[in-house]
Amino acid sequence: MARMKFLCDAERCIECNGCVTACKNENEVPWGVNRRRVVTINDGVIGAEKSISVACMHCSDAPCMAVCPVDCFYKTADGVVLHDKDLCIGCGYCFYACPFGAPQFPQAGAFGLRGKMDKCTFCAGGPEEDKSEAEFKKYGRNRLAEGKLPACAEMCSTKALLGGDGDVIADIYRERVARRGSKGAEAWGWGSAYGQPPKGGAAPAAAPAKKS
Amino acid sequence: MRRALLGVAVLCLALTLPACMEVEQVTSPERQAGQTVRRDTAAWNNEPIAGGPKWSKGDRTSWEEQIKQRQLAQHEHRRIYQ
Repeated sequence: MARMKFLCDAERCIECNGCVTACKNENEVPWGVNRRRVVTINDGVIGAEKSISVACMHCSDAPCMAVCPVDCFYKTADGVVLHDKDLCIGCGYCFYACPFGAPQFPQAGAFGLRGKMDKCTFCAGGPEEDKSEAEFKKYGRNRLAEGKLPACAEMCSTKALLGGDGDVIADIYRERVARRGSKGAEAWGWGSAYGQPPKGGAAPAAAPAKKS
Repeated sequence: MRRALLGVAVLCLALTLPACMEVEQVTSPERQAGQTVRRDTAAWNNEPIAGGPKWSKGDRTSWEEQIKQRQLAQHEHRRIYQ
């Protein structure tokens, strides 16, 4: 059973903002709303600058779902956290609860009134009829219903941003850090973090760290 | 008088411009009062699009299998060197 997750490799992200642009373009996200954004720490510090692409992480135990007073969130069978804009009252509780700042609120009036919440849907649309115009207007494109993966992850030029079934992307990342050796050699992943055995036996041995 | 008219015109412009980027947010007509959250249709219950990825409609396993195969395109060691 697939559990859809994102994983961003900070060693690879070059802060090109291609994922942000892909998301905006694919879902025709309105002005002022950024479902995905790139966060950079230690900006300009040589050797210490790291960037990471952040959006809704589709938490297994999502705090936004827990705090929503109108209970407008739901989770699909693939683990994608979605919400019903017909029920959302735009209160902003989810924004305070989310550790990633994923919920976004469009300006809904001339005086800065907060609109209904908008967030990354893992390109899975919403509760409207799949691939309908109503779904696209409210939630964006439903790529999962087309058998595709989120646009941000699929078009990432350096493949820093991985998206899809948590076990598969964890395997990809684990193999990557094992090959890379010196950085991120402490291989981790969705399955290993939760005590599940890696696929095909033991995880590949990490290469010894190089001394500089 | 002209200054007053100009002021009114600027004020009207300032009040109308913020509405330019508004996204209309309306409730679906089928929504009933007090109705609880609606659920999404499962992705695998859709007909595959022409020329796109293939799976058997309604078969979750085949949908997941093609999604997993598609994910491997993110794995450059397998995508490029094999």
